[in-house]
Amino acid sequence: MKANYVIIGAGISGCSIAYNLAIKGVKDIVVLEKAYLTSGSTGRCGAGIRQQWGTKMNCLLAKGSIEFFEKAKETLKYDGDIEFKQEGYLLVSTDEEEDHQFKKNVKLQNSLGIPARKINKKEAKQIVPHLNTDVITGAAFCPTDGHLNPFRMTDAYFKAAKRLGVKFYFNEEVTDIIIVNNKIEKVITANMEINSNNVVNAAGGYAKEIGDMAGVNIPVYAENHEILVTEPIEEVQRPMVMSFTKNIYCQQVPHGSFIMGRSNPEVEHNHSNESTWKFLDEMAKTVCEILPLVGNLRVIRQWGGSYTMSPDRQPIISDTNELEGFYLACGFSGHGFMFAPMTGLLLSEIILKEKSTIDISDLHLSRFKNKKDFIYEKSVV
Amino acid sequence: MSEKDVIICRCEDVTLQDLHDMMDQGYTSFEELKRLLRIGMGPCQSNTCGQLVQREISKYLKVKLEDVKTQKVRPLATGVKLNSICEGANNES
Ligand SMILES: Cc1cc2nc3c(=O)[nH]c(=O)nc-3n(C[C@H](O)[C@H](O)[C@H](O)COP(=O)(O)OP(=O)(O)OC[C@H]3O[C@@H](n4cnc5c(N)ncnc54)[C@H](O)[C@@H]3O)c2cc1C
Repeated sequence: MKANYVIIGAGISGCSIAYNLAIKGVKDIVVLEKAYLTSGSTGRCGAGIRQQWGTKMNCLLAKGSIEFFEKAKETLKYDGDIEFKQEGYLLVSTDEEEDHQFKKNVKLQNSLGIPARKINKKEAKQIVPHLNTDVITGAAFCPTDGHLNPFRMTDAYFKAAKRLGVKFYFNEEVTDIIIVNNKIEKVITANMEINSNNVVNAAGGYAKEIGDMAGVNIPVYAENHEILVTEPIEEVQRPMVMSFTKNIYCQQVPHGSFIMGRSNPEVEHNHSNESTWKFLDEMAKTVCEILPLVGNLRVIRQWGGSYTMSPDRQPIISDTNELEGFYLACGFSGHGFMFAPMTGLLLSEIILKEKSTIDISDLHLSRFKNKKDFIYEKSVV
Repeated sequence: MSEKDVIICRCEDVTLQDLHDMMDQGYTSFEELKRLLRIGMGPCQSNTCGQLVQREISKYLKVKLEDVKTQKVRPLATGVKLNSICEGANNES
């Protein structure tokens, strides 16, 4: 078989890239997925969408993506409901230093046209009446942030791409990439050999392994992040509530259930998706302190999924100096779902050598060469 | 009885018709059907629908029941209030 472009991975990134290339008229695109649609991080994520970031780059990626999500159902002509909820994100601060940081962030966000605002405890309580304001010092709120159903959103991209002629193969694990004279020649799976000179690595937690097959070092690693869901109830909490210092995000999704997660600072670097009792204990303690009402709900399931961490916690959306025709969309460090529309758009511009919608030279793989100390995006759980 | 009157998943109110429509679109594994229909995501955690769905997949794909991949089982075995977990955790430490 022959293909113009082979995209590895059918998560939200791979599906968005496939759609963006196909809508621009690119033919013969093949997507190879080792399991099924959304089987990677995409189908395990919290699916929160926010523009309240501390770096300009993340703000712009999120803002551009939200603008797409707002019209996604029509743009992609999706027959289902993507369950987009825009009820905001309430970020709570717990000390003066964080308050100060939020003020700075809001200023940056406002300068980019993001309608966030710094608010006090009383205002936060009005937005989320069951919030325990004894343990916070202030908050920031952006009303246009929200939540999307990750399965449906990916399905919408998938179906739109399929209608444009993209071919998807599931249960096809890429096992090797054949390079001849520093040029990509073939992509190998258990059942297929595809002749192609162009490969897009959108393999999520396995992006490093795919890079190794192509002889390109990608300094990312996967780590397990756990999450849980409660029984559904009527709407009581409109926005996502998040605290970086308390280490929690908690949102009631349109279906009625609450989903919540937190990070484990001691997590190992590997592909585990397991669930632990330790997470359950810590999660319960944190949520009962900050949102006591939620403590009355029953947990019905917990699971895990990979964050693919890059050295500066920002994505890698780039071509590679080492190998012509090898493109990357990975290292999203736990927030790649909300960036996906921009990921697909920007990578399609790189691939087709078009002018970039925003300057993303800072997201190039080459930034990690000979560099060890990075400024981290701090606004993460 | 019409397929849309047959409930396959009681927690999420999914009918046999919903299931067949989704399979007609090409989603024929439990994990895919779960993600799009929410079967197995409710309080019973597929203790009710699990075997029913497996049988439907087996019929649809014309493969043996035992060759249909079962869904991933995750904790908790039964719903427990966050408050109770919190109390339990505090008593241990
Ligand atoms: C618990 C949790 C909560 C999260 N919450 C949020 C959130 O609130 N907001 C947000 O924006 N992001 C969130 N994220 C992060 C988000 O899930 C990811 O950044 C995003 O889904 C990445 O999508 P992707 O398509 O790049 O990768 P993936 O969805 O992982 O897709 C990669 C695909 O590649 C396939 N693949 C891998 N190797 C091969 C191979 N050799 N051959 C063929 N296929 C292969 C995999 O099977 C997989 O399907 C969260 C993640 C987790 C784990």
